[in-house]
Amino acid sequence: MKGQPVTSIDATDIAIVAEGLVKTFGTTRAVDGVDLRVDRGTVYGVLGPNGAGKTTTISMLTTLLRPDGGRASIFGHDVIDEPDVVRQLIGVTGQDASVDEKISGIENMVVFGRLLGLGRQGAKRRGLDLLDAFGLAEAATRPVAKYSGGMRRRLDLASSLIAQPPLIFLDEPTTGLDPRTRGQMWDVIRDLVANGSTVLLTTQYLDEADHLADRIAVIDRGRVVAEGTANDLKALVGTATLQLALADAAVTDAALATTEHVLGTRASATPERGHITAPMADPERITDLLIALRTQGIRLAEVSVERPTLDEVFMTITGHGTADPQTEITGKVAA
Amino acid sequence: MTALAQEQPALVPPVLKKHIGLYDTISQTVTMAYRALLRLRRTPEQWVDVLMMPFIFTFMFAFLFGGAIAGSVADYLPSLIPAIIVQSVVQASILTGTQLREDMDTGVFDRFRSLPIARVAPLAGPLVTDTIRYAVITSLTMLVGLLIGWRPGGGWGILAGALLVIVVTWAVSWIWALLGVTARTTGTVQGIATLIMMPMTFFSNAFVPTSTLPAWLRPIAEWNPLSHLITALRALTNDGVWGTDAWWTLLGAAIIVAIFAPLTTRAYMRRT
Repeated sequence: MKGQPVTSIDATDIAIVAEGLVKTFGTTRAVDGVDLRVDRGTVYGVLGPNGAGKTTTISMLTTLLRPDGGRASIFGHDVIDEPDVVRQLIGVTGQDASVDEKISGIENMVVFGRLLGLGRQGAKRRGLDLLDAFGLAEAATRPVAKYSGGMRRRLDLASSLIAQPPLIFLDEPTTGLDPRTRGQMWDVIRDLVANGSTVLLTTQYLDEADHLADRIAVIDRGRVVAEGTANDLKALVGTATLQLALADAAVTDAALATTEHVLGTRASATPERGHITAPMADPERITDLLIALRTQGIRLAEVSVERPTLDEVFMTITGHGTADPQTEITGKVAA
Repeated sequence: MTALAQEQPALVPPVLKKHIGLYDTISQTVTMAYRALLRLRRTPEQWVDVLMMPFIFTFMFAFLFGGAIAGSVADYLPSLIPAIIVQSVVQASILTGTQLREDMDTGVFDRFRSLPIARVAPLAGPLVTDTIRYAVITSLTMLVGLLIGWRPGGGWGILAGALLVIVVTWAVSWIWALLGVTARTTGTVQGIATLIMMPMTFFSNAFVPTSTLPAWLRPIAEWNPLSHLITALRALTNDGVWGTDAWWTLLGAAIIVAIFAPLTTRAYMRRT
């Protein structure tokens, strides 16, 4: 059975294509024209706050929800026309653990394995292997209701991997997990991709997308507001910033003037605390600035350089982005 | 966790099926029934009413009404026991609907929806498993009846009667399944189902002879499908006769399934 790929999915190197996906609930456009393109063998991060439309988008890509507009295909198979084919190609791990709480971990695995066409013995063996791989071997016969949040999440992911699907959807896989369990989850995701799986994950955690994802789509109010690699997105916000903490807050104004003069850019200050923040376009000029400050007798408590975080990217993009998409939406509805 | 990398290469299913065939549908339904069985085993509290109902109802009705309606308890039993069986089992089938509602609200149903399986399987599975509950209620009620003096002469007809009740109740449970899939809360399912079942069981030939009813009510009680089932069960258990009422109820059951199973499946698929 192994190594017999089907030509129809072998032919495409694109795991997911979505064009103009729309889903409305009542008057709310939960998803409002989302375009996505995910290459095979990559991790794709969908980043956005609560209610941005991440889960709704995933639901449409995984055939759980029917799109109201637009189209999407998984390895070239349309989600509306061939839902049963698409379901054979995907594994889905939802936000609430999609496992049966009342029965044990291994019983869950056997039920899912049997549903996917494995024999009684095969389902049990595969289930035990996966539970073992996810560190759940000891808890295998305990009812899932007694599992911790992290264990439940791991069981959920293990259930999604029974059929070894080439594409795995993870909807906020680490929300609510402690840092250690989160790290373990990240390792699992990296392993999946190392094996050739394609992963689409949604997250509210910007560092998670930064660490795991090859490409990231920032989604806000049902639209993709930015797309690219983590570095592309950081470049949107611009360069790193220089942070100065003055030993004496009283001279903040003088220090600010000098900083703006030497660096040739606008800087901002918090006079009460003696903090100055300036964009750092040309790192060479910092030496000049430090010398100039010393010449004037302005003493520094601390100097640091901060690279932009995805948080800042998100704030920048959605921060001024909100006004424009809004008007566009109204325009679209009117049209 | 790192063992994952070496052991499990991402495979593509060897054959991508366009549609799910009948064989797969049946095997998936059996798996879903197995899941329901596992759940039933883990929730013993569900058995309490199943085990208590036969005792309470049989005792209550037999000793309370036996003298008034049939002259004596022993004379009442041949018509009472089949009626109690039908009433208890149909009542118990409502639980199928409320449990389906409860089950659908849990995350595991999201996974079922994303799996390449027949849409009817997650619904039909629990319905199949619930026939075990019906079988337990039926045999317990018969046992209680025997203990207090019921002496049915139906022979194999008793077994046939039990099977008839179970099959018909399974069919009726599709009605509650539709309620379960479409209703917002388990309370709604319970409420509506009880509202339907209360008059259905009492405006029938279950506990009093229809000849004692007022003229306007008599045709309703005689037309009531439950009356036909009860009459069929009385004939089978007491005399071992498979009569026209048995055929009518089987036909009715088939019609219920033919209407409600597709409706329920469609409602389930549309629900998001």
